[in-house]
Amino acid sequence: MNELLKNIKVDSEGFLKDHNEWSEEIAKTLAEQEGIYELTKRHFEIIYIIRDEYSLKGQAPSLRRLSKVHGFPTKELYQLFPGGPGKKAAKISGVKKPRGCI
Amino acid sequence: MNTNTQKVAIICSKGSLDGIYPALILANGARMEGMDAMVFFTFFGLEAITKDKMKNIQVATVGNPAMHIPTMLGGLPGMSKLATHMMQKEMDKLDIPHVDEFIEMLDDAGAEIYACKLAMDMFHLKKDDLDDRVKGVLTVGEFYEKTDEAKIIFT
Repeated sequence: MNELLKNIKVDSEGFLKDHNEWSEEIAKTLAEQEGIYELTKRHFEIIYIIRDEYSLKGQAPSLRRLSKVHGFPTKELYQLFPGGPGKKAAKISGVKKPRGCI
Repeated sequence: MNTNTQKVAIICSKGSLDGIYPALILANGARMEGMDAMVFFTFFGLEAITKDKMKNIQVATVGNPAMHIPTMLGGLPGMSKLATHMMQKEMDKLDIPHVDEFIEMLDDAGAEIYACKLAMDMFHLKKDDLDDRVKGVLTVGEFYEKTDEAKIIFT
């Protein structure tokens, strides 16, 4: 496992147990594990929105909320986080796995 | 999620609100999990993708014991509209989009939407009558070709 992640507690699926342990460097490492080798400015805009909402509400926003409320088109979310954007974005953002159905 | 399922094909044959939503939610959920998804609308399910119908999908208040409305009352004019309105209010709270927006979201998410040729012939519908996001009109044989190794779900 990557050096950075050695001292960080994750659950069985690799989601951070404590979102306060997150850093941008950790995000990059987690992203690589998910097959995303470059985190752009746009990725980080989404990541910080997810983290802000998580801090306020205790759960990551749904994809629909990211598109409707925060203005990131659904198509772009699927392009930025291919193969399951809701979960992948949450994991990279260092928050718990979202349990929404939408 | 650890799943071996790579692709789901969902068949929607009903035209009521409660008949259509499970198909839409399952398809969208599959895409959210990174699976491929296609939805095949047949029979009354075509209402969900027909331009002049899809904005006006209603809950069935007659013949639906789970609504707990006596059949005679459920049949009164406006009952279905009222029940639909009430249900949609609850769905809005949960971030569930209306059918027309849901179809758009599915398309944006990369799910494929198809219509059944036989049902379209039966209802005298043309491709132009359907929403632009419908990818094609399929015979049952073509449907099986497309589904290939997918798990098929009938809602």
